[in-house]
Amino acid sequence: MTAQPLPPPDDTDQPVSLGGDTPQPGPVLPFAALDTLWLQITGTICNIACRHCFITCGPKNDSHPMMDEEHVLETLREAYDRGVREYYFTGGEPFMHPKILPIIEATLAQGPLTILTNGILITDTLAARLAEIAQASEYSLDVRVSIDGTTPEENDPIRGKNTFHRILAGAQALHRGGINPVFTVTTVHARLAESEGRAEFLALLRELGFTRPRLKMIPPFKLGREVRRGGGYDAAEYLVEGDLMDGEEHVLQCGSCRMVTAKGVYPCPILIEEEGARMGDTLADALKPIRLDQRACYTCHVEGFTCST
Amino acid sequence: MTAPPSSTDASPETIAVFGGVYNNYLSLQAVIDDARAQGAQRIYCLGDIGGFGPHPDRSVPILQREGVLTMQGNYDHSIGNELEDCACGYTDPRDNHFAQISYDYTLGHTSDAHKAWLRDLPTEFRLEFGGHRLLMAHGSPRRVNEFLWASTTPRPFIRRLLDEHEADLLLVTHTGIHWSRFLEEEPTRGVVNVGAIGRPANDGRTEVWYALLTAPERPGLPIDVTFRPIAYDHARLAADMRAEALPEEFVETILTGWWTTCLEILPIKERSRSRY
Ligand code: SF4
Ligand code: SF4
Ligand SMILES: [Fe+2]
Repeated sequence: MTAQPLPPPDDTDQPVSLGGDTPQPGPVLPFAALDTLWLQITGTICNIACRHCFITCGPKNDSHPMMDEEHVLETLREAYDRGVREYYFTGGEPFMHPKILPIIEATLAQGPLTILTNGILITDTLAARLAEIAQASEYSLDVRVSIDGTTPEENDPIRGKNTFHRILAGAQALHRGGINPVFTVTTVHARLAESEGRAEFLALLRELGFTRPRLKMIPPFKLGREVRRGGGYDAAEYLVEGDLMDGEEHVLQCGSCRMVTAKGVYPCPILIEEEGARMGDTLADALKPIRLDQRACYTCHVEGFTCST
Repeated sequence: MTAPPSSTDASPETIAVFGGVYNNYLSLQAVIDDARAQGAQRIYCLGDIGGFGPHPDRSVPILQREGVLTMQGNYDHSIGNELEDCACGYTDPRDNHFAQISYDYTLGHTSDAHKAWLRDLPTEFRLEFGGHRLLMAHGSPRRVNEFLWASTTPRPFIRRLLDEHEADLLLVTHTGIHWSRFLEEEPTRGVVNVGAIGRPANDGRTEVWYALLTAPERPGLPIDVTFRPIAYDHARLAADMRAEALPEEFVETILTGWWTTCLEILPIKERSRSRY
């Protein structure tokens, strides 16, 4: 691979504000290392438009456009040189990218990959191809499929008409192809976060033939379209200096991840639509401590949450 | 602890490295015997002496008597300091349930003298071996309970770890499955996860695995790394475990070679080779 010298990380250790509107300065989170690299592969372009989408994705939202293949490959080369451990693709809907398969292959040649999808575009043919690519790599490929309820009545008002069945059809195609997806559930229905909710989900998945059902719960972030559905953050929901535990940079993903989109580099996948959270044009601009002064940071801290699988 | 003379030879040519004893005092003795038969001049244990198996107070005396150079794992740190859990880093409720059963059993059956010994173990070993800088750590050199699995530890990341920690070869355990990977551009540098000797490697075999390292004839050539499968009286261990009323799930693993717990922590590639 390339042996070009990397631009050094900006060595001012001055923490970067994320441009939030909290009334007091947010606590500083050290940057431990660039272990995890997120790519906003299809920007904010999605084949559906969920009512809780915290980055307001949809068929017509190109606020962040798709990343072109060359930009992805260039980012992968830099990530290789920087010793990145793992990759995550999200959007929007990553499988809308016209070059998604070669991009997946290129990524899996240098590290493990997790793809976040709504599953709708996954056919048996695509699933078989993905399984083949996964087999050929020495690294893991995980696919995460988002669904928001155990029935159409629960899911469809959030994700859109008929999505429950189409999501499950995509997930079953993956499973038939030999890829056991992780179901990702946003706990907009509070009962799903409880242990009975989990049990109910696992039972449904077993019934559908998922012999080793995998489930990850995600708290809703009160940003983007979710603000209209569930409301925004309360005035008192923000972090101040002294709120973080020792070593929290190893708990919060933004202590060891960054997000690259067609528009630049951000601390994490949650804040790409927040004014002020853009850290620069290149990774080198973004490998520094941050001030958690966005309201969404409150959710991560309180829930001890990380987007990684 | 005073190590016997064999442990302080100026420059060993063969060393044995294992981890994850998990109270399996029978496989521990079998591994040490095999390592000596193979000519190992030093034997290293990368930690996690307790957990899973029966009779916690039987393994520590073997390590002491045999002069095994022993490192502290997360388990040993927890037991030594009488913490509430093993800090293994599991995230699944069922995994944690079983981990807690082993932990409470191990803590309750470890003598104060052994706790003190575990508490004071070193947390890292470094040595020059055949012209290469060896670094041994429990999980990873940066965190005692970081999991380095084959399918989630890519070469660019390995190179970064080696550079940041000034090493050529990194030896770790903590995951329970052995593997190794070397850099394409620098084939003498890499990671060896020595696996665990306390339970099988989730491969349908009842043997346990350790790593035997042989120094190259000339500096600049790679170290020879061989994983050795070791058979031991696993039926007797299973009987001991039943007599101690340890979970039948654990006994099954000893008898079949397939894990029945701690499965949720496996990356998808490792999991897909698994029976459960
Ligand atoms: S939540 Fe996911 S699937 Fe739904 S609109 Fe947003 S990006 Fe698309
Ligand atoms: S939203 Fe969460 S992940 Fe993003 S910067 Fe804030 S704390 Fe970190
Ligand atoms: Fe461990």
